[in-house]
Amino acid sequence: MTIATIDAVSGGLARGRGGGGPAPTRTVVAYGFWIFILSDIVMFSGLFAAYAVLSGNTAGGPTGSELFNLRNVFIETMCLLFSSYTCGLGALSAERRQRGRFLVFALFTFVLGAAFLFIEISEFADMVSKGAGPSRSGFLSGFFTLVGMHGAHVTSGLVWLIYMVAQVIAKGLRPHVLRRLLCWSLFWHALDIIWVGVLTLVYLMGVG
Amino acid sequence: MLGRLSWAAIPFNEPLPIISAAVVLIVILGVLGIITVKGWWPYLWKEWITSVDHKRIGVMYFTLGLVMLLRGYSDAIMMRSQQAIAVGNAQGYLPPEHFNQIFSAHGTIMIFFVAMPLVIGLMNFAVPLQLGVRDVAFPVLNSVSFWLTASGALLVNVSLVIGNFARTGWMGYPPLSGLAFSPDVGPDYYLWSLQISGIGTLLTGVNFVTTILKLRAPGMIYFRMPVFCWTALAANMLIIAAFPILTATFVMLLLDRYLGMHFFTNNAGGNQMMYVNLFWAWGHPEVYILILPAFGVFSEVVATFSGKGLFSYRSMVLATLGICILSFMVWLHHFFTMGAGADVNAFFGIMSAIIAVPTGVKIFNWLFTLFRGRIVFSTPILFAVGFMVTFVLGGMTGVLLAVPPVDFVLHNSVFLVAHFHNVIIGGVVFGVLAGYNYWFPKAFGFTLDERFGKASFWCWLVGFYLAFMPLYVLGLMGMTRRLQHIPDPSWRPLLLVAEVGAVVIFLGILCQIAQLYVSVRTRESRRDLTGDPWNGRTLEWATSSPPPAYNFAVLPRVETIDAFWEMKRRGLTAVEPAYETIEMPRNSPTGFVTAFFAVVTGFAAIWHIWWIVILALLAIAVTVLVFGWSENREREIRANEIARMERARLGLGRPA
Amino acid sequence: MYGTDRLLDDRTPGVEHEESTANFLSYTAGLGLAILLTIASFVVSQTNLLWAPGIPVGLVVLAFAQIGVHLVFFLHLGSGPDNTNNILALAFGLLIVFLVIAGSIWIIDNLYANMMPMSVNMPR
Repeated sequence: MTIATIDAVSGGLARGRGGGGPAPTRTVVAYGFWIFILSDIVMFSGLFAAYAVLSGNTAGGPTGSELFNLRNVFIETMCLLFSSYTCGLGALSAERRQRGRFLVFALFTFVLGAAFLFIEISEFADMVSKGAGPSRSGFLSGFFTLVGMHGAHVTSGLVWLIYMVAQVIAKGLRPHVLRRLLCWSLFWHALDIIWVGVLTLVYLMGVG
Repeated sequence: MLGRLSWAAIPFNEPLPIISAAVVLIVILGVLGIITVKGWWPYLWKEWITSVDHKRIGVMYFTLGLVMLLRGYSDAIMMRSQQAIAVGNAQGYLPPEHFNQIFSAHGTIMIFFVAMPLVIGLMNFAVPLQLGVRDVAFPVLNSVSFWLTASGALLVNVSLVIGNFARTGWMGYPPLSGLAFSPDVGPDYYLWSLQISGIGTLLTGVNFVTTILKLRAPGMIYFRMPVFCWTALAANMLIIAAFPILTATFVMLLLDRYLGMHFFTNNAGGNQMMYVNLFWAWGHPEVYILILPAFGVFSEVVATFSGKGLFSYRSMVLATLGICILSFMVWLHHFFTMGAGADVNAFFGIMSAIIAVPTGVKIFNWLFTLFRGRIVFSTPILFAVGFMVTFVLGGMTGVLLAVPPVDFVLHNSVFLVAHFHNVIIGGVVFGVLAGYNYWFPKAFGFTLDERFGKASFWCWLVGFYLAFMPLYVLGLMGMTRRLQHIPDPSWRPLLLVAEVGAVVIFLGILCQIAQLYVSVRTRESRRDLTGDPWNGRTLEWATSSPPPAYNFAVLPRVETIDAFWEMKRRGLTAVEPAYETIEMPRNSPTGFVTAFFAVVTGFAAIWHIWWIVILALLAIAVTVLVFGWSENREREIRANEIARMERARLGLGRPA
Repeated sequence: MYGTDRLLDDRTPGVEHEESTANFLSYTAGLGLAILLTIASFVVSQTNLLWAPGIPVGLVVLAFAQIGVHLVFFLHLGSGPDNTNNILALAFGLLIVFLVIAGSIWIIDNLYANMMPMSVNMPR
């Protein structure tokens, strides 16, 4: 029995209802990474839920309003927000194959992201030195884990950015490098989205 | 230097684990020795270990599941035997600290390292073929997923001989699983092996959702996909939605155990119910991850062996998606008794009852498909019919348990144990075994022996009822689960019946082993030369058995549901298609290497050997970076090469 | 193994529009809006601009607005048919996030309500 292949097809391929055949590489990669980001957001929601439940369990220790410094939080937020902006402008430059401009925006993004991390790590160190470390109470365990997990993601993002810059310098803005940059910038924007949640639920509601 | 690892970790003074470990070690070394002596390592490395081919990965997943079934089953037989013996004054042969490890390992292994790999193996093998494409969206990630799952399985088994496994049940509730009450390595083995394999599973979810939504043959719109692909889509959506919750929960328990945090401790503001809540927010979708692909298998099997299209494709798809969404709205029914008020219990009880409705729709659709069909009573269809009866029974006991006042009586009794084994064996196991018998010829080029297949079905069916119907009665009589010693002698007769059932199931497993052995021995007489041994309806039967690496020389154009059935109906063409160059992904050692270092990381973390943890994590980072730098991930198969292979395969002469 | 680039394909989040000035405006407008919304969040939480019991609701609304700005202006998420898969995936993700967070809070609060009077250790 030979394989039947219907080559002469009458009618359309029902494109738009998903009948166009396998999607191009960039679509597949970007969509897959979008799905991965959504799964990461679900993971954060587990940590958010735990924080929400534990936020009152201060075990006689310090509370959020005693510990949080909203001025620093505002600066952190602006740093991350502006780094998303420069990330976007960098993506635009990359799409237009403007290597130099991309590298400049990548540098700004890195500096702003590193500033965010610096402020956050200082905040953590300060809290630990006051005896308000993660093993003090359920509230603090929840806080350090949620905010720390976000910080760990930011750190990975910065390492990844260095790695991408190295690839751009070594290989240029070729299609597969651009695809990887696309994934990176999706990741970076998603981190800012998660930060909006942290800002609101942890800091603003925790102090007020 | 070596953390808390020492020679004391190996239980030299306990005969049972030492002897079984020695036997396993001898078998493993024997297998490795045979491979070495016969010079099979280059073949294994090139064709299997570094393969990124979804068909090979599917076979490896399935093999892992079957091998781990033997381990999980030996735990089961040990528990049944203990409960049959240890009545009244008799103490049995398993002291409590061993019995507790055995029931914990049994559940953990059966869910994570038997059921999940078997189901994921079937999806891996069949989905790209059914979609009419060449592979999944991310083939190297697929290999990483498999090897990470295997890593988890390895770690659990290492706990048999180095240290001990968790004694906290397969759910690992704190405070028992916290540092204060389980300072030993057991819960750490549990947590690390599941975190590692959980990453693999999550990546599988990303891979398959992307594949099913973005990579299908031309013309295959969503409502022309085979139902198995719809159920695979729903199951993988659930993986993406649920597994991250488990990851977060285990992170929190690990932080409690390693850094002294207070998520789930008794003091300083911990909240143990939060673990139970989050665990089951994962746990309930997990069981639907297991059952939905099994439902898909039955849809394919029932349609094929009735010679009819599936009744009401649309309602089947809608029911699948309905189950997918609803499965996220019922999770509290796993802890009705743990202090929630009537309003919360009522909401989740009602939702749990509602979720039975789409499943009922599916059962009716299968029945209507069988009705007036020309039924071929093959092994797969036997499993399908056995499933329909058994699963409905198990589903009904589930709806019974969904009523909170009833659950107050039956929670954590063996009635519950009977219920979930009823749906898992009747649903998942029967589905996987049906899929195994159904797709085996496609994977290997010859059918499985029917007599042993049917014998294994009858043993599983009869054995299941003998083993678990007594448990329903015992649950109503008040017997709780996980008992190492039976306090009430009047329970004994039923426990003996259950023991007989366990032995009959074991006979079923032996029949399957025999089936495989006999089938391989007599494979020439059962070769599948056409690629379509069952007169199938979907695209996987449109290519040879086994398919070439590229699956289809030319991607089929799809115009209807049951695309292959339509192609056959329209008649076959003798015209050779115009071959084009195909790009296929190259093999990659990334998966195996990552998983190797993951095992090292996990083992070192369990035993607190921090310098090894750091080094192994660095090695993983390097592996990822090396992979992330690479180009040239695809190789070309030129058109004339394809033409040559196709002609050889099909026995076509050169075109005039 | 994948298809070739075609005009009518689905868009994915993050991919830039064809017209680059539109993109630059998109990012800049997004930045401006996000700054305003962030400042508004701080103001709402620290002053009594809003009636006190309504502050959490106000903050949540502002948070959703900020996230929306990110999705639309930075990730170029749209509502056209070429974006359907992205929107559906996002909707599914949001549903799960809502169920996990709201469900957990509802359940755990309900459990607390049924607990015996608290000792000093568990002040809630």
